[in-house]
Amino acid sequence: MGKKGKSKIKKRLKYFSNTRVYEYQDQAFKYFGLFCTLIGVVVLMLLLGDVLYRGLSRLDWDFIMGLPSRRAARAGIFTAWVGTLWIMVLTAVIAFPIGISAGLYLEEYNKRSRLSNIIEINIANLAGVPSIIYGLLGLELFARALRLGESVLTGALTLSLLILPIIIVSTREALKAVPYSIREGSYALGASKWQTIWFQVLPAGVSGIFTGVILSLSRAIGETAPLIVIGALTFVPFVPEGVLDSFTVLPIQIFNWVSRPQKEFSENAAAAIIILLSITFIMNGIAVYIRHKWQKKVKW
Amino acid sequence: MKKIIFSGAVVFSVFAASFLGCGPKRDSGGSKLSGAVKIDGSSTVYPITEATAEEFRIEYPSVKVTIGVSGTGGGFKKFVRSEIDIAEASRPIKKSEDSAVAAAKIEYLELPIAYDGLAVVVNPQNTWVDYLTVEELKKIWEPEAQGKIVKWNQIRPNWPNEEIHLFGAGHESGTFDYFTEAIVGITKASRGDYTASEDDNVLVQGISTDKFALGYFGLAYYTENKDKLRPIPIDDKIDENGKGPILASDETVMNGTYQPLSRPLFIYVNKNNTDSNPSLDSFVTFYIDNANVLVPDAKYIPLSKEVYELVKKRFKEKKTGSVFLGKESTVGVKLEEILK
Repeated sequence: MGKKGKSKIKKRLKYFSNTRVYEYQDQAFKYFGLFCTLIGVVVLMLLLGDVLYRGLSRLDWDFIMGLPSRRAARAGIFTAWVGTLWIMVLTAVIAFPIGISAGLYLEEYNKRSRLSNIIEINIANLAGVPSIIYGLLGLELFARALRLGESVLTGALTLSLLILPIIIVSTREALKAVPYSIREGSYALGASKWQTIWFQVLPAGVSGIFTGVILSLSRAIGETAPLIVIGALTFVPFVPEGVLDSFTVLPIQIFNWVSRPQKEFSENAAAAIIILLSITFIMNGIAVYIRHKWQKKVKW
Repeated sequence: MKKIIFSGAVVFSVFAASFLGCGPKRDSGGSKLSGAVKIDGSSTVYPITEATAEEFRIEYPSVKVTIGVSGTGGGFKKFVRSEIDIAEASRPIKKSEDSAVAAAKIEYLELPIAYDGLAVVVNPQNTWVDYLTVEELKKIWEPEAQGKIVKWNQIRPNWPNEEIHLFGAGHESGTFDYFTEAIVGITKASRGDYTASEDDNVLVQGISTDKFALGYFGLAYYTENKDKLRPIPIDDKIDENGKGPILASDETVMNGTYQPLSRPLFIYVNKNNTDSNPSLDSFVTFYIDNANVLVPDAKYIPLSKEVYELVKKRFKEKKTGSVFLGKESTVGVKLEEILK
């Protein structure tokens, strides 16, 4: 070691022995972190407070069960939230089996190869594609090529595409967290690959899978852009009775009301936002509950 | 796994309940007419069609009327694809759209249903602007003004030496098309360095908080925000439609003196479908018959009684095609004369 190196080490030692500086640094970062956390929380609280303040007085049974109307005081969101529910359930029915199966395959069956690397990179990239692009795809593919029109099914298929990458990635993460020793133990007892996955790996990973899946679904129900692109309508005074019926959803109704000149409509929008937020909160609550419930059950 | 099935069942039962039991009561009786009427198009016309559909539903509860908001151009695209029965438009059909419709072997009925005015407004604290001429508006908004006309005293020397902040419609809206055509003379020719929004409430917000702002948007947005904005009278220097500067109002738009910033709104009906779909026929008849009540209700300006008679006659006689195709411009057109 040359002279230069030695003096460098000395300098560092001096720096670290200076405990006061170290402590200041520690304290400074702590408060900076607290500040950053508060920004997020405070902004969220302000927004929530604003929406509640504006919309709560408008929220009643008639609003929830009412049909769309040109009079703000008479307008309701019945067809909108039923549409949102339809979309949510259909999207779940379509996207969950496909997404979870794909995740299972990639994590448990797939052998490392150049092709699988390409697939993996593509899936990760797909998760970051702007939602409106999926809307354009849905419009051409489902609404026009498959002639499904602006139906509930088109909407659900489009949103399924949107959340598939998220489901696949979260399924894989959940399966990765299952220790390899579980699989080895199962094989050692003579179980087949399928038996190992079905009876050991899936139950152990299910809490993680479902958390990811439900969070992706609550993202899907807040989407407006892809649904507007596929041609979801604004004024629909009846609820869909089948998957090929026209529909509207809460975000579109909110979007429409916000752009109206009359003040009373923005109150309606705030009230509809409260309903949409409640649906999202309930979904996230279910996700937290499932994670909690299953985590307790798994014992290794 | 049982838990999953259980929670799935809960979700499904809530779902099923939503459209089996607790839906709102439907009016029974009335007409037995049933079917569907699909409408899409301009967001400007939407409030009128929405009001009509709402009232129509009371009389014909089993006709399913749906309305989308894809914009005038988007509506015509769907019209060409036969995806809709009625296209709403805040401007007359273009030549290119007309030939696309013809190529799809669709005949259409062009029905004007209301007037809309564009208001030019400033902040209430702006005390210096008394009126604007079309010439001055052109000087402010033409493409050549970009980066050059930036101060109030460049328009009239006795106005303050302060920056002028411009607010206007976004490029996709029919309002933008109409304003540029009426003021600059060429559709879509406008300077680009201004605050543009498709959402007129954003413009209202901007102008009401900026002393040096000037902007334009649909008259309804001014009427709803009278306390926050000051409207500017416009002088087109043509004495036949009113001398001097004229303020936008229901009267001046209706009697044709608020020129060139008032425009007719239209619905375009697929003629082939009126023959095969009786609900469409009764919806359009209902639309025209009730427009004189429902148009003001939706904060727009109704046509005169005579014009509605002419429009109804046009619909009953199934006169297809557009009366605007041969015209250079729609600015300042008198409907009474061209519909005859």
